[in-house]
Amino acid sequence: MKLLPCSAAKTSSPAVQSNVEDELEMATVRHRPEALELLEAQSKFTKKELQILYRGFKNECPSGVVNEDTFKEIYSQFFPQGDSTTYAHFLFNAFDTDHNGAVSFEDFIRGLSILLRGTVQEKLNWAFNLYDINKDGYITKEEMLDIMKAIYDMMGKCTYPVLKEDAPRQHVETFFQKMDKNKDGVVTIDEFIESCQKDENIMRSMQLFENVI
Amino acid sequence: MAAGVAAWLPFARAAAIGWMPVANCPMPLAPTDKNKRQDELIVLNVSGRRFETWRTTLERYPDTLLGSTEKEFFFNEDTKEYFFDRDPEVFRCVLNFYRTGKLHYPRYECISAYDDELAFYGILPEIIGDCCYEEYKDRKRENAERLQDDLDSENNQESMPSLSFRQTMWRAFENPHTSTMALVFYYVTGFFIAVSVITNVVETVPCGTVPGSKELPCGERYSVAFFCLDTACVMIFTVEYLLRLFAAPSRYRFIRSVMSIIDVVAIMPYYIGLVMTNNEDVSGAFVTLRVFRVFRIFKFSRHSQGLRILGYTLKSCASELGFLLFSLTMAIIIFATVMFYAEKGSSASKFTSIPASFWYTIVTMTTLGYGDMVPKTIAGKIFGSICSLSGVLVIALPVPVIVSNFSRIYHQNQRADKRRAQKKARLARIRVAKTGSSNAYLHSKRNGLLNEALELMGTPEEAHVGKTTSLIESQHHHLLHCLEKTTNHEFIDEQMYEQNCLESSMQNYPSTRSPSLSSHQGLTTTCCSRRSKKTTHLPNSNLPATRLRSMQELSTIHIQGSEQPSLTTSRSSLNLKADDGLRPNCKTSQITTAIISIPTPPALTPEGESRPPPASPGPNTNIPAIASNVVKVSAL
Repeated sequence: MKLLPCSAAKTSSPAVQSNVEDELEMATVRHRPEALELLEAQSKFTKKELQILYRGFKNECPSGVVNEDTFKEIYSQFFPQGDSTTYAHFLFNAFDTDHNGAVSFEDFIRGLSILLRGTVQEKLNWAFNLYDINKDGYITKEEMLDIMKAIYDMMGKCTYPVLKEDAPRQHVETFFQKMDKNKDGVVTIDEFIESCQKDENIMRSMQLFENVI
Repeated sequence: MAAGVAAWLPFARAAAIGWMPVANCPMPLAPTDKNKRQDELIVLNVSGRRFETWRTTLERYPDTLLGSTEKEFFFNEDTKEYFFDRDPEVFRCVLNFYRTGKLHYPRYECISAYDDELAFYGILPEIIGDCCYEEYKDRKRENAERLQDDLDSENNQESMPSLSFRQTMWRAFENPHTSTMALVFYYVTGFFIAVSVITNVVETVPCGTVPGSKELPCGERYSVAFFCLDTACVMIFTVEYLLRLFAAPSRYRFIRSVMSIIDVVAIMPYYIGLVMTNNEDVSGAFVTLRVFRVFRIFKFSRHSQGLRILGYTLKSCASELGFLLFSLTMAIIIFATVMFYAEKGSSASKFTSIPASFWYTIVTMTTLGYGDMVPKTIAGKIFGSICSLSGVLVIALPVPVIVSNFSRIYHQNQRADKRRAQKKARLARIRVAKTGSSNAYLHSKRNGLLNEALELMGTPEEAHVGKTTSLIESQHHHLLHCLEKTTNHEFIDEQMYEQNCLESSMQNYPSTRSPSLSSHQGLTTTCCSRRSKKTTHLPNSNLPATRLRSMQELSTIHIQGSEQPSLTTSRSSLNLKADDGLRPNCKTSQITTAIISIPTPPALTPEGESRPPPASPGPNTNIPAIASNVVKVSAL
């Protein structure tokens, strides 16, 4: 109970205030997802799978929506060695299809439905959407570099071989060499899908997470 | 909250599809779910009360009884439920821990009963959430003190191990009940302190008159007697001080302590008086010095526990007292100014200046009202009455607050110190327990890898050695492995990384590095410090403070273990361990409070045996082994 006249409490109170307001906001936002049957029809999951997914979702976010901070937190718990906040940010934007700053359960299911039960075409579409940060239909080298840096950040520092400064850039160059057919410096969705379909590794790895649920 | 994250693993794995088009190398195979069973409800019958929960809820913490296969021992075939002959009340808390990730301590529960239950279910009490941890620790401390008291009273009859003479003396000084000599010493010094104080007081009493001169104080009439008494007291005090100085375990600390300063101040005037001659110029200063003799009364605080507590709480309450003083000063100045200007008009007013009015204000506000200064004008009287009314408020209001603060701050201070001390111990305890559990975990890892290696090599033998790793863990490892493949770099632990630093710098600067080779320790610590700087930028610490506070702060620990590899290692640092335990490398270990629920090694390469090692430290091996680990272990 610091009752000293030079009330230092004042300086901290605005920050406290905004935190309180934030928490109040988050607490009052309550989102209920659509009915189970509707979601089952919209997505490719069975009822039981939806139930399991929702239980996990609700446990972590009782208010029914995930905001970006929670998202980053959750994601970072899987990658303890590196810094996954940037990649989580891109991922959040990819999931938040209506760009309202929060991922509801429907957005979540929509994304997962594509990733786990969608056709290869849909998955590639989703990946393209992820890389295309400004959603203009073209992947530029800068966008790809941001994504690549974010992925390399997740590795952290203690890697073998030692992570060099230009590793992301080199990786981007390799990527563009493979994907950019007309060498115009950007990758369109068609170029992307075409090049991926030609690459056996990529095709195989797309099937990797079929049985995740 | 950490518990629920496991439920998001499917999401993280699905999102890994985003890496696929970027990767240059093929991805590893996903772990198959051998015994994929639907999530089922299991019934836990605890002394007749039935609890039901999902199986996956319990499996969140695989290192506990309920989360591991240990619960199979309690499975009742006839009723198809798990029966535990334990307290159902505490089990409620335990089960809630699995559900919410937070362990709470119910206040009505007995501390030893609670501890016993936690031990039975294999849960560390350190996991108790911050909301309940204070209470838990307080109760535990009280219990421990009670036990300790019992133990002490038993011990007092026994003979103590032989201490050195110096130590015995110090013990005697600090605790007078240890021996008869100490008790005698205690009473003698107490007596002389009392004598000295009474002497000082009586010295000034007028003692009757010597015919022919004015009334003298006793001190001057019987100056010789008083001088002798004073000398005797000072001698005793000096001897006591020197003895304490001799016996003190840390002399420097003793000299700096408050009590010794009081001792010195109490006896100094006498010696200074001896040294100084009866010079008129300095006698004034000398008289002032005699005032310090009254400090001898503070020596009683060694004899009185209450005085010590009072002094300590005054010291810790300084800010409140400061505030009281400040507000009083404000009020005094305001009212003195007002009274001065109000009384300016009246003639022969005693309020000659504002500082002169201070005296009136203080006397009025403390409701003393001597009456030597009274206002005469109407305005003065009005303001005077306002002054005395507000004085009652200003004085009376903070006093109960301060009094209640005494006890609160006193306890709080004690608790804060204890908490700080406990935190280190708490982390250390968790670390020790973690190594124990991670041993088992890594054991199963190695067995799992052996299984996979055997399977890949096509041996159809029985490969189910030891405990199976949980599906969640293997899936998480697979995820990290995919990341490795995407970026074409591997996760390694810190020690290997530092070795790499060392080697690469060796290659670059062969000449300048040779001295640092001998001081390998120094290099690791610099790498380590860089690393520890890096760890502060871990995502968990980037998060806003509110989020962090809402979680379990200590739900995981990041420990570093290292051990001498009994087998040659390969660069693909697999997280296995030799058969002897995992010894945390204290020098490079760090405790970062990350919030992870899943035990995970940083790298896992199931097909390690097929890859040739990229660089030096030795040929590859068929049997994977590790040099060191960075193990992020869950709370349990």
